[in-house]
Amino acid sequence: MGAEVLVTVNNVSMTYHSPEGEIHALQDITLQVTEGEFVSIVGPSGCGKTTLLNIIAGLLTPTGGEVYIGDKKVTGPTSLVGYMPQSDQLFEWRTIWKNVLLGLEVQKKLRPETVAFAAQMLENYGLAGFKNAYPSQLSGGMRQRAALIRTLAINPSILLLDEAFSALDYQTRLLVADDIKQIITRENKTTILVTHDIAEAISMADRVVVLSKRPGRIKAVHDIRLTCAVRTPLRCREAPEFREYFNLIWKELDVHA
Amino acid sequence: MPDTEKRPASAAYLAYLEQRRCSRRRVMAARILLLAGIILLWEAAAVLHWIDPFITSQPTRILRTIVTLYREGGLFLHAGVTIAETVAGFLLGTLAGTLVAVILWWSDFLAEVLEPYLVVLNSLPKIALGPVLIVWLGQGMQSIVAMALFVSLIVTIISVYAGFSQVDENKIKLLISFGATKLQILRLVILPASIPTIVSALKINVGLAWVGVIVGEFLVSRAGLGYLIVYGGQVFRLDLVMASVIILSAAAALMYQAVVLLEKYVLQWR
Ligand SMILES: Nc1ncnc2c1ncn2[C@@H]1O[C@H](COP(=O)(O)OP(=O)(O)OP(=O)(O)O)[C@@H](O)[C@H]1O
Ligand SMILES: [Mg+2]
Repeated sequence: MGAEVLVTVNNVSMTYHSPEGEIHALQDITLQVTEGEFVSIVGPSGCGKTTLLNIIAGLLTPTGGEVYIGDKKVTGPTSLVGYMPQSDQLFEWRTIWKNVLLGLEVQKKLRPETVAFAAQMLENYGLAGFKNAYPSQLSGGMRQRAALIRTLAINPSILLLDEAFSALDYQTRLLVADDIKQIITRENKTTILVTHDIAEAISMADRVVVLSKRPGRIKAVHDIRLTCAVRTPLRCREAPEFREYFNLIWKELDVHA
Repeated sequence: MPDTEKRPASAAYLAYLEQRRCSRRRVMAARILLLAGIILLWEAAAVLHWIDPFITSQPTRILRTIVTLYREGGLFLHAGVTIAETVAGFLLGTLAGTLVAVILWWSDFLAEVLEPYLVVLNSLPKIALGPVLIVWLGQGMQSIVAMALFVSLIVTIISVYAGFSQVDENKIKLLISFGATKLQILRLVILPASIPTIVSALKINVGLAWVGVIVGEFLVSRAGLGYLIVYGGQVFRLDLVMASVIILSAAAALMYQAVVLLEKYVLQWR
């Protein structure tokens, strides 16, 4: 694979201003993500993970540094980036089909070929029979899949997932992670996943970035190489190296260290 | 889905259902008995001269009054006028309130500037402005509708605006990440997510609009149930007053049910 750099985060810092004072959320974050790569970002609560993702998505302007997608500087939301906020955020009053088309509707791209693409994805990922169902009629895992298809429908090159699975119970979470990872691999998307679940981060990613507590800086970066026959997040957890990575990152995240 | 729908229900479950049905029936029976008891007691008290039906009226006389009203064509005229004014009042109140809430949502500055005014206006008994409205708008239906509108306006603004502010931040973020404009955010998430709030405001406004309309009719009208009540009181025809109050309760109950049906219809996705 030609490893083109797709996302460049260059010396990004972020300071929030509030009546209570200044909050230094991020400091000097520099990071590159290549095409097709899956990067997990872990860090203690409140270290600025969501902030970083919002900056990459163009939802926030950093107070220092800049972000590039390809060679274009990020100045606002672009359709190159698909953002999945915490929990699925399906709109309860819309059917699954209408939810999936939301991004296309906003971007005024409801054309026969884009709609067919979305329909095909519902078909591929087993939700075709739920087109006319409302989100409340779906299980947590199916909702998550629908949310991912909604994001994929605008055909972004990069997926940003913010604690995408945190609303699910533990078992569903493991299965959904497998499911989502498989879809992402199949659709060949570059992905940045934010989580504070170390095991989830290791099992899904090619690379794990560890942030320090606030102000978030990059504390360590690990290339994940796991020896497992079938490379699915669930099976990867059984790889011999898994525990080593886990313990290492666990120590790095230790707030007392 | 409860699994009872597939499997044959157990004896214990059937017993539970039976017990539920039984207790429902008992409640219903008690309700009917209570009403019948009150009517009978009232009638008996009047017939036996424990009370003076001239000032307390009595069920048979009320019934006769309603029948007479119906024969003379007054029943539907007066009830119709009042119902029309009420419907106009609460629909306009809800619409105008929602509209103002949208404007406040659009401009944080305006919302902050107007907040204390809303608080004061909200605590003001709107009825106190009745005479002012009449002077401004004249003696007629328009003043009564304006009164009903005004009674529900402020509370609608406040509750609908609060509903708008409670829409999940992440839903808005999702739309912004798709590149949505402010108008799209309003149309695609703020308004639809607030339908439950708006419908519950509508429900409250039905009750408030009745108050506004009846007070308005007390002050100016030539027709309507409020007019009948005031007129009946002035000429000491308590039968007419009571009959009007009863028609009013029936109309109010029906209208509330209509709004509940509407709510079921708009909130199908629940
Ligand atoms: N809009 C804002 N205004 C002021 N401070 C903010 C704002 N958003 C976030 N912060 C602060 O910045 C810091 C980083 O927030 P952020 O949400 O990015 O953390 P996080 O790593 O995603 O946390 P979590 O694990 O809890 O999701 C936090 O201390 C938070 O209180
Ligand atoms: Mg977060």
